[in-house]
Amino acid sequence: MANADVFHIRTEEAPTLPAPVSTTGALGWMRDNLFSSIGNTILTLIGLFLLYSIIAPIIQFAFIDAVWTGEDRTACLPPPGEAAGACWAYVDAYLPQFIYGRYPVEERYRVDIVYALFALLLVPLAIPSVPFKRTNALLFLVAFPIVAYFLLTGLTFGDTVVLPIVETAQWGGLLVTLVIAVTGIVASLPIGIALALGRRSTMPAIRLVCVIFIEFWRGVPLITVLFMSSVMLPLFLPEGVTFDKLLRVLIGVTLFSSAYMAEVVRGGLQAIPKGQYEGAMALGLRFWPMMYLVILPQALKLVIPGIVNTFIGLFKDTTLVLIVGMFDLLGQIQSSFTDPTWATPSQGHTGYLFAATIFFLFCFGMSRYSIYMEKRLHTGHKR
Amino acid sequence: MASQDHESDAAPARASLVNDPKVRSLFYQVLLVVVIAALGYFIVTNTVANLERQNIASGWGFVNNTAGFGIIQSLVDYSETSTYGTALFVGFLNTLLVAVIGISLATVVGFIVGIARLSNNFIIKQLAYWYVEIVRNVPLLLQIFFWYFAVLRAVPGKREKWSLFDTFHLNIAGLRAPKPVFESGSSLVVMALIVALGATFVIRSWARKRQEATGEPFPVFLTALGLILGLPLVAYFLSGMPISLEHPVFIETGPVFRQGFEIGVGINLIPEFLALTLALAIYTAGFIAEIVRAGILAVSHGQTEAAHALGLRNGQTLRLVVIPQAMRVIIPPLTSQYLNLTKNSSLAVAIAFPDLVSVGGTVLNQTGQAVEIIAIWMTIYLSLSLATSAFMNWYNQRMALVER
Repeated sequence: MANADVFHIRTEEAPTLPAPVSTTGALGWMRDNLFSSIGNTILTLIGLFLLYSIIAPIIQFAFIDAVWTGEDRTACLPPPGEAAGACWAYVDAYLPQFIYGRYPVEERYRVDIVYALFALLLVPLAIPSVPFKRTNALLFLVAFPIVAYFLLTGLTFGDTVVLPIVETAQWGGLLVTLVIAVTGIVASLPIGIALALGRRSTMPAIRLVCVIFIEFWRGVPLITVLFMSSVMLPLFLPEGVTFDKLLRVLIGVTLFSSAYMAEVVRGGLQAIPKGQYEGAMALGLRFWPMMYLVILPQALKLVIPGIVNTFIGLFKDTTLVLIVGMFDLLGQIQSSFTDPTWATPSQGHTGYLFAATIFFLFCFGMSRYSIYMEKRLHTGHKR
Repeated sequence: MASQDHESDAAPARASLVNDPKVRSLFYQVLLVVVIAALGYFIVTNTVANLERQNIASGWGFVNNTAGFGIIQSLVDYSETSTYGTALFVGFLNTLLVAVIGISLATVVGFIVGIARLSNNFIIKQLAYWYVEIVRNVPLLLQIFFWYFAVLRAVPGKREKWSLFDTFHLNIAGLRAPKPVFESGSSLVVMALIVALGATFVIRSWARKRQEATGEPFPVFLTALGLILGLPLVAYFLSGMPISLEHPVFIETGPVFRQGFEIGVGINLIPEFLALTLALAIYTAGFIAEIVRAGILAVSHGQTEAAHALGLRNGQTLRLVVIPQAMRVIIPPLTSQYLNLTKNSSLAVAIAFPDLVSVGGTVLNQTGQAVEIIAIWMTIYLSLSLATSAFMNWYNQRMALVER
């Protein structure tokens, strides 16, 4: 029917042409993401202006105008008429205090050992591919606290002094921050789990007690809890019995965060289908084996983000202890401002920038790790 | 939970009392109650003995004693001769003030940042992302210190000022702004506003009923805008402009010690208040932004497409389809953030802004009435928490998905 001569039929493939320049590479990306419409262009300009007005002064302050070395405040005083930069020499001079507080200089190696042990045990625990998880967890949760306790406070047998006693009043800086955060985290998880189970219990008295406990601690600010533990706890005890100040704070922080933890865990328990409970009971498991082997592993896996959020909150909240007169990292930095040796206009900014960076690194690191774990454990539901 | 109570009447003989779940559960509950009661008895007796030894009279008599300390900001009349009770009330009002203003600011900023995180614009998205990450990962107390010690101490001294539009002025004594002055006749304007609000409410419900009956929409928003703005404006001019602005007065001439802002003219927001409210709002906004983002992402794209398919315009889709569904996801966590902000306002004590905790701390130091003061704190914060969550639960129920 059709005459073959009329049609042109291509016998080889057409050459693949590169995509138009305007849709690829940096230019195309910018057209898509920055200048796709007039409104978008205006937003871009606003964004660039904001970036410039926020980032530029920070870089100028922290790096360009910064003073890196020096003996005292004279090094950090800006030349007349010029803006003051960050005084990193001051942070450098005060670094031991920020890390150890007033811990005696000759005993600081003990704190270093604790830091090192902590890192040595935590890092393999955090990396999923490292074997011996159970041993590692036991060492971290049981052996490490005992060792750390004696290393930090000291150890004596009768008159023989193995490690000289260091009063907790001399502790400070990052040491106090980490002690409160880690103790709070480690202690609040089991208490929180117990409270969450109690809140879902069928025994009315136990449920009521748990509900009141959780709602009470969640309803009041942490500051009042800290005031209560530092002012009222001594009143509760018989005459002559005194608690260490740090211990009192630890008790307050733990009770407070275990109430939050309980609600997070409860969320996870609620998300477990009833069939899992029934299945476990059909297998003949009693209450605790059922919880330990079937329910809690699934429930805790579900609420990892919530648990880590509580941890991050607790880590940030450690700063509040400075209000009841303890010197955590922020408290130590705050108290260093009274030293006339380093009193310059930029001292406060430098100190706060340093503290913010440290806290940001810890908290941001925790949140990134939680996202990583969440993704790793999420495989079961992914299609 | 272990609900193994399948007793059958035919088999009364049980293995033993120890294995009877009912007996066991009763035993554990009685044990718990006994332990708690014993603990309570231990604490109360010790506290009473300790207070007696320290010669502190327990009871509420101290609230009528003269406080003898000044408070830098109070919403009601307060002087050093006022009672401890008044001082605590001033602190309570200041807490409420910070909470209300902080919540409004945090909500606005949080919604803007949350929506910005979903923007197509790369720079805006990144800015919002880093705002959220930085603000959420730095302790609130540090942020309060930053605003108070590093920012608001770096502004001009008492004899100088920074001005914006020649209306708002900032110096080390705080932020000065014009203050509205209500002269006689201004009650008419207020009345007009109340009438306008009432009328708006009536019109709204009438318009809804009419639309449900006939399908005809009524421009409720424009009418309401006209009423709420127009009616008070008319009343304002009719009654001879009774409301005026009192601008802060800055004295530049004369002896040096008298230069600066005249005290008591215009509104003065003290630096403590500014630092606390700013820090609370900026910090909480970071959390609200994430809640808003999650809420908007939770509305499936099919809903938007279906709305478009029905012929709704973009604005209508957003207002009638997307936002109501997103709000269901947003409201419960938003409530927690409002509560957090209110409780976090207690950090005021760190910069000596006279809130409930700060004033209470001063009273505690002066009188030693630790039990009573801490009881007041706990009661007020607990009831604020419970009231807010009750209100939000009610609101949440109204907004909740109605299923079969």
